[in-house]
Amino acid sequence: MTSQTTLLADDASCPASRSLWQLGWQRLRRDRIGLTALWVVLAFVLLALAGWLGLAGSHWRDEVAKPNMPPALFKDYGPATVELTAADIDAAQQHNTSIADASAATGMSAEDDPLAADMAAAQTQAANAAPLAVTPANDSLLVLGSDSRGRDVLQKVIQGTATSLLVGLSGALLAILIGTLLGALSGYFGRRTDDLLMWFYSVFTSVPDMLLLLAFSAVMSRGIDTVIMVMALTSWTGTYRLMRAEFMKHKGREYVQAADAIGASHRSRMFRHILPNVTHLLLVQFSLLTVALIKYEAILSFLGFGVGISQTSWGAMLAEAPAELLQGYWWQMAAVTLFMSLLVTAFSMLTDSLRDALDPKVK
Amino acid sequence: MTQASPLLSVRNLGVSFRMESGEHFQALKGISFDIAANRTVALVGESGSGKSVTSMAIMRLLPENNTEIAAGSEILFEGRNLLQADRRALRALRGRDIAMIFQDPMSSLNPVFTVGDQIIETLMLHTGMRRKAARQRAVALLKEVGLPEPDRKVDAYPHQLSGGQQQRVMIAMAIACEPKLLIADEPTTALDVTIQQQILQLLAALQKKHGMAVLFITHDLGLVGEFADEVIVMRHGEIREHGPLQQVFTQPQDAYTKALLNCRPQLDSRPARLAVIDDFLQDQPYQTPPQRERGYTAGDDIVLDVQGLCKSFESREGLFGKHVFHAVKDVSFQLARGKTLGIVGESGSGKTTVGLTLMRLHQASAGRALFNGQDILAMSPGEFHAYKRRIQIIFQNPYASLNPRFTVEEILLEPMTLHAIGRDHAERKQLAAALLERVGLPRRALQKYPHEFSGGQRQRIAIARCLTMKPDVLICDESVSALDVSVQAQVLNLLQDLQDECGLSYLFISHDLSVVKHISDQVMVMQHGQVVEQANADSLYANPQHSYTRQLLSAIPQGWPQQGGTRVA
Repeated sequence: MTSQTTLLADDASCPASRSLWQLGWQRLRRDRIGLTALWVVLAFVLLALAGWLGLAGSHWRDEVAKPNMPPALFKDYGPATVELTAADIDAAQQHNTSIADASAATGMSAEDDPLAADMAAAQTQAANAAPLAVTPANDSLLVLGSDSRGRDVLQKVIQGTATSLLVGLSGALLAILIGTLLGALSGYFGRRTDDLLMWFYSVFTSVPDMLLLLAFSAVMSRGIDTVIMVMALTSWTGTYRLMRAEFMKHKGREYVQAADAIGASHRSRMFRHILPNVTHLLLVQFSLLTVALIKYEAILSFLGFGVGISQTSWGAMLAEAPAELLQGYWWQMAAVTLFMSLLVTAFSMLTDSLRDALDPKVK
Repeated sequence: MTQASPLLSVRNLGVSFRMESGEHFQALKGISFDIAANRTVALVGESGSGKSVTSMAIMRLLPENNTEIAAGSEILFEGRNLLQADRRALRALRGRDIAMIFQDPMSSLNPVFTVGDQIIETLMLHTGMRRKAARQRAVALLKEVGLPEPDRKVDAYPHQLSGGQQQRVMIAMAIACEPKLLIADEPTTALDVTIQQQILQLLAALQKKHGMAVLFITHDLGLVGEFADEVIVMRHGEIREHGPLQQVFTQPQDAYTKALLNCRPQLDSRPARLAVIDDFLQDQPYQTPPQRERGYTAGDDIVLDVQGLCKSFESREGLFGKHVFHAVKDVSFQLARGKTLGIVGESGSGKTTVGLTLMRLHQASAGRALFNGQDILAMSPGEFHAYKRRIQIIFQNPYASLNPRFTVEEILLEPMTLHAIGRDHAERKQLAAALLERVGLPRRALQKYPHEFSGGQRQRIAIARCLTMKPDVLICDESVSALDVSVQAQVLNLLQDLQDECGLSYLFISHDLSVVKHISDQVMVMQHGQVVEQANADSLYANPQHSYTRQLLSAIPQGWPQQGGTRVA
């Protein structure tokens, strides 16, 4: 066949074949902003990884410095701290050591107060343990200063990054999973399934997001897993709507009909044929959600519904900020703000670039 | 006619596009031509020939960010270089002196404004007419382009009009300001044959009446013969041939033009193999192959026997109301082994629905389809699964029917895995490679993705996918309609070879009567979901019984006047 020869000749000049993903990656690599954003996000993920593995930030609970030490670079810019001398402490303790004094505060005599003996014992014990191990080795090591309990803000913020990213990433992943599964079922099968799931979706969206978040977290116990659950359960709706529309659109496409014609099952058509054609949207949706959830976590923790007391996160650190700021201790808030805005901005820019790279038609 | 000062003169026009990879793609390689006032020039070429780029360049509508126009290019309109004109001058020119009609009226009209508003806007913008006067003029224009009830239709929204009526509105808008040059970019490609003929007649009449020059862009040489004065044949960004209509058709100088004229199936002959471009680019002259006899004979073995097939769609209307639309009404036919049944009809005739219903991609409302004596429409999905491999479909759009995330290998292996054809992966891969070579693609193509192939190559992959299952019946749903004429000939030849080799039976659905005539033994004409006529191909074309069939046949573009066709206008 003569046509055969031309086809073969055409083919020889073709460059190596690339999948759509590879083409997308190529486009992303040419986008400087996108690439920078990608590196920043990767750096944060590495930092968080180090945090989870205990390689960095694991000593954030240690009280390694005097309270409210300003960052090393800004030693002279913090408000002056009053150093307590040993004499001050002694004088304060002198007041408290006698049983009479301890009971006086309750307005009862020592004989009437059933707790008097215990209180006195406790106070003497406390006095014995008094010289707390607040002996910082070297204050200049605290790049970001210390908090009100003398903990290293750098360690705290690394641990916070780990927590916030964990919450953001896994919350977004779970939300995407729920949203995609329900959206796929709803969009692909339509009819009754769609009616039922849409009803479910409407109920969820009719309640204000924040209220739902607060209700969930109030009912469940505090902790990272709760926060992740709460966020996934409240933020799947956007993905659901997106996937429902996509599956509706794709199920009528000829390639899906062709798959039906060769005998592919419903499951195969849904997940082997359609899903890979919408995953680029999911990737964008995932990064959007991650940013949103990191911010949500900060809000939740700030309001006191977030991670437990034994954990820290950006939100938890920000929760300490109002009290500190009143006294002029600005560095904890500054550190969190810096980290968070850097990550969120980089993530948002990466999302934009991803969208451009994976779906060039929109441009 | 003043040859001295043409209305539009294109000189050395070179256009290249910066590709995403940074490479340059030369779309136009320095072309030159003139359009004199009051003349119709046809620009003919296949996809990628640069014909649309030329029209966009004249209108200065090419995207500015990635287009480079070669130095020394000139587009002179009445002596003024459009390439150097500023935005304001261009805006004044477009619509008033140069107007354009696009291919798809559906997407060229703004759906949220009435068609009247859109014409009025053009008039008020360019002629400074007041609203009331513009409205009267709009009604007059709609009357001129032959829209029924122009007084009422002026307030209609685009979706309330049919495709042909929408194109009439587009034409009315284009001629509203009495342009000197009208550019028609494939104005009838999206329309049915009968409508296409009406629109062409209208354009020809308007050209005469208003004394416009027309640049008519098309991929179909057959249309050109209807009313062009001059023909320009383009390929790969170059002008291959330029001359008066008669000369180009009767004494083509260029091999490519000869090929184009020959590779389109003709109504009056049926060669065993259609000519392809390469036949003419070779050194030895092209020999016309022998004719092929077609038609059902008495002893034919019937593979598929369809009796009283009906399909209706229900849509909700209001709260409890239901609207039933009968897409296919009582269709019966028999398909013989190794033969082809052609189904022709215009859009909305239900021909595609017949195909999809037989594949059970739609659920039939009534009727039986006996496949080797078994009613495939009454089977449970489980039982039908085994029959799926025996009856296959090739869709119209090769760009949409292959999953873009699969490699060719995955595409070809999937049906074999599903139907347990071949012992193991290695054997299946071997089979896939053999089939690819059979349809004219190299083995290397296995590792590639669909987006790396051209339309014709993709259609070959789709054919190979069907062949993996060794079907008995192949439904070709407009399978060659989206392809260029030369590629169409290649694919039609391939289908013919496969039929001769494997004894496949085709159900060939198409709106193109010449293609159907070429490939079919028997032809079935459908209108509004019903079969109006069914007969052996030769007798149906020679002696049509039904008035609708006659109407369809008379609307086929006749090529050039010498061939006995009647010239319009």
